[in-house]
Amino acid sequence: MHPVLKLVVQRVALGLLLLLAVSAVIFLGVEALPGDTAQAILGQQATPEALANLREQMGLDQPALTRYFQWLGGVVQGDLGTALTNKADIAQSIGQRLGNTLFLAGCAAAISVPLAILLGLIAARYAGRWPDKLISGVTLTTISLPEFVAAYFVIFLLTQVFPIFQPVAMVFPGMSFWAKLHAVALPVIVLVLVVLAHMMRMTRAAILNVMQSAYIETAELKGLTPMQVVWRHAFPNAIAPVVSVVMLNLAYLVVGVVVVEVVFGYNALGQYLVDHVTKRDVPVVQAVGLIFAAVYIFLNMAADVIAIVANPRLRHPK
Amino acid sequence: MADTLLSFNNLKIEATAYPPGEPPRHVVLVDGVSVSVEKGKVLGLIGESGAGKSTIGLSAMSFGRGGVRLTGGEIVLNGRDIRTASAGALRDLRGREVTYVAQSAAASFNPAKKLMEQVIETSVAHGVMTKAEAEARAVSLFRQLSLPNPETIGNRYPHQVSGGQLQRVMTAMALCPKPDLVIFDEPTTALDVTTQIDVLAAIKRAIHETGVAALYITHDLAVVAQVADDILVLRHGKKVEYGSTDQIINAPKEAYTQALVSVRSIDHAEKPQAAPVLSVQNVTARYKGTSFDVLKNVTVDVAPGQTLAIVGESGSGKSTLARAITGLLPPASGRITFAGRTLSADLAGRTKDDLRELQMIYQMADVAMNPRQTVGTIIGRPLEFYFGLKGAEKEKRIQELLDQIEMGKGYADRYPAELSGGQKQRVCIARALAAKPKLIICDEVTSALDPLVADGILKLLLDLQARENVAYLFITHDLATVKAIADKIAVMFKGQVVRYGQKTDVLTPPFDDYTDLLLSSVPEMKLGWLEDVLTTRKMESAGN
Amino acid sequence: MRMPLSAIIGLVLTGAFLFVGLFAQFIAPYPIDSAVGGVWEGPSAAYWLGTDTIGRDIVSRLIYGAQVTIFVALASSILAFSLGSFLGFFAAVRGGWIDQTLSRIVDLVMAIPSLIVALVMLSVLPLNLTVLILVMGVLDSTRVFRLSRAVAMDITVMDYVEAAKLRGEKQGWIIFREILPNALSPLVAEFGLRFIFAVLFISTLSFLGLGIQPPLTDWGGMVKENKDGLIYGKAAALMPAMAIAALAISVNLVADWILSRTSSLKGGRGG
Repeated sequence: MHPVLKLVVQRVALGLLLLLAVSAVIFLGVEALPGDTAQAILGQQATPEALANLREQMGLDQPALTRYFQWLGGVVQGDLGTALTNKADIAQSIGQRLGNTLFLAGCAAAISVPLAILLGLIAARYAGRWPDKLISGVTLTTISLPEFVAAYFVIFLLTQVFPIFQPVAMVFPGMSFWAKLHAVALPVIVLVLVVLAHMMRMTRAAILNVMQSAYIETAELKGLTPMQVVWRHAFPNAIAPVVSVVMLNLAYLVVGVVVVEVVFGYNALGQYLVDHVTKRDVPVVQAVGLIFAAVYIFLNMAADVIAIVANPRLRHPK
Repeated sequence: MADTLLSFNNLKIEATAYPPGEPPRHVVLVDGVSVSVEKGKVLGLIGESGAGKSTIGLSAMSFGRGGVRLTGGEIVLNGRDIRTASAGALRDLRGREVTYVAQSAAASFNPAKKLMEQVIETSVAHGVMTKAEAEARAVSLFRQLSLPNPETIGNRYPHQVSGGQLQRVMTAMALCPKPDLVIFDEPTTALDVTTQIDVLAAIKRAIHETGVAALYITHDLAVVAQVADDILVLRHGKKVEYGSTDQIINAPKEAYTQALVSVRSIDHAEKPQAAPVLSVQNVTARYKGTSFDVLKNVTVDVAPGQTLAIVGESGSGKSTLARAITGLLPPASGRITFAGRTLSADLAGRTKDDLRELQMIYQMADVAMNPRQTVGTIIGRPLEFYFGLKGAEKEKRIQELLDQIEMGKGYADRYPAELSGGQKQRVCIARALAAKPKLIICDEVTSALDPLVADGILKLLLDLQARENVAYLFITHDLATVKAIADKIAVMFKGQVVRYGQKTDVLTPPFDDYTDLLLSSVPEMKLGWLEDVLTTRKMESAGN
Repeated sequence: MRMPLSAIIGLVLTGAFLFVGLFAQFIAPYPIDSAVGGVWEGPSAAYWLGTDTIGRDIVSRLIYGAQVTIFVALASSILAFSLGSFLGFFAAVRGGWIDQTLSRIVDLVMAIPSLIVALVMLSVLPLNLTVLILVMGVLDSTRVFRLSRAVAMDITVMDYVEAAKLRGEKQGWIIFREILPNALSPLVAEFGLRFIFAVLFISTLSFLGLGIQPPLTDWGGMVKENKDGLIYGKAAALMPAMAIAALAISVNLVADWILSRTSSLKGGRGG
């Protein structure tokens, strides 16, 4: 087998294994923590008989491992169980919300990725000079802000000081694409702000790393124009680390999206998760947690796969 | 002069250094250097680290690395001053009139592009020739430089060819656009000695056949003597001496040049054979989890107060032998006896006396000392640990040891970062001596040092041996060092000892093929040595 | 040795926050939980930053909030640090299966974003200070583990550590005299970063309603309480938001400075 293919297969297999392990941690870990699902549903006043009844009904009297495999079997077939609180089918509740979350994250990614690469390029091009210092200073500040803090600054600025947007982001089925875009403008701005800083700083570092290589000096000493140096010598080597950086930061977006959805009352997966943590609805939390973990693991895996594929040493073995 | 290609007139080069956590510092790298290169001639620039030789070399392309600025004087190339030329004019001359060969070709090639594409890039970008012409010229240069498969090697990627080959491809890249001048910046320094000689020969032939002029930068006078017509000796950014190669090598005027020429000429008479203090018998070793023997059936011994030199190139197993003796890599089979007792194979099984009497000095003194400990703590610890010395008694002994390594008062309170390279190595020697050892393993202890400093360390080691009657197991790739210090020599090749005996026996013909290659590859400080060697040696180097 | 202005500002501000947090009871002009004015009053001489959603003095609540925020963040980062660096050094020095096992467990925990793990855990655990500190501390210890293991690994392969082993030194000397002094400055800088992370983490949890519970308050919770006012142009929620940002930025400035000095510290006392 070609070494690249072999490494990629290895990495994908590792990702799947990791996902399996994570599902076990999410299910069995929660089981192991002190806390009683039946008690949580019935409340403190429940009689022991009622508790025992409910446990039997929910299959809680069976060993944890058995229930884990039942649960996992369901998950693989798309059956995520039912919510404790309203007995709704979890998979069904997730469907539409997942779409909304992906729409929001997708918009944020579509803006932040090109912007981060552009700013990273500018900062790297003028490393140590004022454009770099300005960009670095601003991003250092935004890195220090948690998502919700950034969100309220943006809300106050863009709905009160300059009343351009609505402070609530409502999307519902049947809305036109453009109406949806307008509705998510504010949360997207916030997400872009939050992700941009990390992505841009890492892009800058990746590009600088390439630009400081000896082969860039060789290219300069060949009398090539700055454009030729960047295009022929820096770009082919920078693309892998930059794409890798972008992927890692999209994974970071997964966390940001949870909080931002809550801030804007955006009816999607993150909001759904936080709601059900508050309600202590464990099956929902486990299902949604697993989805977020899967997305995160997938993006990290993609970053590694791209780095492997783009490495000339691996692509052209000795 | 009509045929002057390049001349530096009163060149001054400065830079701003930014030490972390300290205010920026202004430094003068090159001060008032004037020299010129005639068309088709080779000028050697020689000096120790910090002499400014690479900086001058790059200034021939009006290029300053990092924050380096060309602040004064003239750099006249083909009749015009290029020091203050515009960016566009500089792009025009770089890669067309002047080209560059770096020390590390492996880092200087773009890893994502094929060699041919990079070799012909300059010629095509500057419109010197068409792509087809450039490719044809590249292939003929590959052939001229004795690269294997000259027709197809261009289709490979940089990581697919060996270091010695890559250095030659880089030379072809520099010669391809038919420049007037090529700058060679330590092109053979990173190579093994037997590979160096082939690359050196190839470069010399290519320079000769293309009639190009060159600046040849190196710290090794013996190397530059083989290729240069004239030599400029530099020290601390200033000119020390300038003259023809013949004059510099055979009749140097300045004391500094004389020192450089006579370096490595320590005369050391071998001592007679005696009963060994360390005896390695049939040792075979491999690293954990591998099935390949890095040491194969090695048998050597060292007499008290004498030196056994272990010579070999990278990968020969010489450092592994040291690890086996110290117990860091327990041998798979074989026996090691030391001072009359059999040593336990692994470190944990050895007594405190075993450890004390067998000391080690490393190649990189920088990382051999804890940067957070003062010299006093570093030397004092073995005194405390092995002999229980404390207080004034310990201080006194530390001072004695510092005196022995010719470092005066006041050094005990310093940190390693405040010492020069040579001083650091001296402190490591003192730390080893503090244990009153019977044997010290010296692992390439002079390789990272400038020649004059290395000479000082060797003299010190010989001196200490005479006084303390300590034996050395001296590991090195450098035969000149071996001649200077050894009583016995073991030549290692691919994990085996291929030649072993008293120094004079080992260095006297008839030789086995490898020893012949190794011995003949060491550049000698005489003109015409390279040609002599190439016609007489028996074995081709591994780099081919 | 000169200290850059940014580091001085960072140090002074960090010190001020610590001082305020430590002596909250003596500094705060009003009690934490009594409505002293009207709803969302603007800044005045009596209430410097105005009042909150039920008429409590914002300055006082910020001061008490500082105490809780800093206490929880400090406690969890100290926990993360002790646990992570101990296990990290242990894994690096011992190697073998101990290292493998610990590293794989850490890989597993780090394969999921901390916030998601925390949310999953908090869906079953009771919400109190101890639980919060434990959850945050244990989750964050994985990052400290990775860093300290990497730093220790870099140092254990140094020749001076080998020299100590060859001298016959015991494990204790090697860890405490050879490795630790050289690992200290990156670890100190890392502690700053872990502290910031903990501040942001606890604030986020409180904002989501899953962190500090009333009657105690922290800055994240204060943002949550007052967020609805923003729509009516009441800026009360921005005050705790700014406090979070200011604390995070000042600690960041100090950590940055320590990190930038790391390389020079490696070489002894520096100039």
